[in-house]
Amino acid sequence: MSLRADVHVELGAFALDVELAVAAGELVAVLGPNGAGKSTLLGALAGLVPLRRGRVELAGRALEDTAAAVDVPPEQRPIGVVFQDYLLFPHLSALDNVAFGLTCRGWSRAAARAQAQTWLARVGLAELAPARPGQLSGGQQQRVALARALAVEPALLLLDEPLAALDVRTRAETRRALRARLAEFAGVKLLVTHDPLEAIALAERLVVIEHGRVVQSGAPAEVTAHPRSTWVADLVGVNLFRGEAAGDRIALDGGAELLVPGAGTGAVFAVIHPRAVALHRSQPEGTPRNVWPARVDTLDHDGPRVRVRTIGPLTIVAEVTPAAVAALALDRGGDVWVSVKATEISAYPA
Amino acid sequence: MSPERTRHHRRERVPAAVLAAAGVGALLFLLPLLGLLWRAPWPRVWEELAAPEVLAALRLSVVCSLSATVLSVLLGLPLAWVQARLLFRGRALLRGLTLLPIVLPPVVGGVALLAAFGRRGLVGQWLDTAFGVRLPFTTPGAVLAETFVAMPFFVLTAEGAFAGMDRRLEDAARTLGAGPWRVFWRVTLPLVRPSLLAGAVLCWARALGEFGATITFAGNFPGRTQTVPLAVYLLLESRPEAGVALSLVLVAVSLLVLVALRNRWVGAR
Repeated sequence: MSLRADVHVELGAFALDVELAVAAGELVAVLGPNGAGKSTLLGALAGLVPLRRGRVELAGRALEDTAAAVDVPPEQRPIGVVFQDYLLFPHLSALDNVAFGLTCRGWSRAAARAQAQTWLARVGLAELAPARPGQLSGGQQQRVALARALAVEPALLLLDEPLAALDVRTRAETRRALRARLAEFAGVKLLVTHDPLEAIALAERLVVIEHGRVVQSGAPAEVTAHPRSTWVADLVGVNLFRGEAAGDRIALDGGAELLVPGAGTGAVFAVIHPRAVALHRSQPEGTPRNVWPARVDTLDHDGPRVRVRTIGPLTIVAEVTPAAVAALALDRGGDVWVSVKATEISAYPA
Repeated sequence: MSPERTRHHRRERVPAAVLAAAGVGALLFLLPLLGLLWRAPWPRVWEELAAPEVLAALRLSVVCSLSATVLSVLLGLPLAWVQARLLFRGRALLRGLTLLPIVLPPVVGGVALLAAFGRRGLVGQWLDTAFGVRLPFTTPGAVLAETFVAMPFFVLTAEGAFAGMDRRLEDAARTLGAGPWRVFWRVTLPLVRPSLLAGAVLCWARALGEFGATITFAGNFPGRTQTVPLAVYLLLESRPEAGVALSLVLVAVSLLVLVALRNRWVGAR
């Protein structure tokens, strides 16, 4: 029981072009900025957004295949969806919300309600069965939505930003509970989020999409260690460059050059942690060979650290102490020398 | 903004001329009402209303306006859904067409109905020869005239409700296994029900007061097509006091409708 999807969707000028394979029991997080096409991907898998081209196969059965003219309507797909703002039916009680899918699948009203009560108990909301969604807190609504999606025992569970609608305080607690409940679900799990913390906390594998395309996928540790897009690099808080390596040199796309021993050959990414970037009042002497003059663009104070964005032959962020900012008399628009030790740069094939 | 917020007083400096004009405007609505109350034959109101021809008009009005409302809901609901949900060429034209009776002088509506359903009308002559059905100057004709004028109010309200509801709730229902019909009956309809009810009440009130199209298309036959507004018009010639008493009934009903719908159109929204 696994999901294999090759999804091509066109919505006006936006095109989504994503290939995915998820094993049973695995939880994959699709991570990407707003507007990357994450919700469209879920809609396509659920059958709510038609494929322009491609195939969706779940547990060996084709749900949609444009080449073979197969298109199972959403109501016949064994898929449960937890929508971004839960989309509970406001005119039905929590119990009837959970029972809704069961009655659609031919259960009698009494049996469906009894089963729904069991599901509500499972998410810890047995006593709130008669409540309308409007009377429930955000966290409770999320649990009802999860129970509603799981009650029909789907083969694939889709979660669209399940924690985004919650405030920061309830989010951590709800995330723990969600993690525990998802572990019990044996089917395929696909989570969509723009929040890297949520993705890393819940998922075993990340698929990063930007502008409708997969830019990177892998275990969370692998993705954060070797970002392959500026968006991921910014999330992780590192400097990311792309260029052409030859011997000990990397010619960056912007025209500048980095000295990196053993950089390899061909297209590479180079990652520099802001802590490895040193700032100087005047041109430094000594070992660092990556040295260039730059101008201070912005200063971001973040607790005991200051992130200094500099613009020179390349734009790079340095992380220094407030004391260093004072000693160097750093200010916006001021001149500064930037240096990076060659050994602090990690390069890997693009 | 919540009602609590709007109730907060702001120190507004209002020019006296604005207040005066607003006062005159309010009087324009108040004075006719007061005049009606002043002229009403209070001691004999019940007696006047119990007169056989008045009772017949009241009964006929109830039957016709309710029939027109039922007809408007049955035909207007699918029409509103199509106008709100389907994208097709000529949708703007269809929308304009269904709204036309709201702005059309009702007499013109009556003339147009005659041209279509009259004995020598576009469809009427065929209805007559093929089925022996004649609509003009019959009770069904009065119902048709009232439906023509009142249905747009229902369609307009229902269309707004269909277009304004969160359609993602329908998506959610589909992912739970609900086919199109079940989605409509179990999700869409319950969500728009308050608007449909308001639209139906508005439609009924308009049908109850219909005059121009009815008298043109259905005539003014006591017991058959003489509804309350037509009876009021006739009584003003013969027994003005009965006309005023009957007018009061219409005013009372209209006020009742307004109060019932207050939260939708008049109250803080």
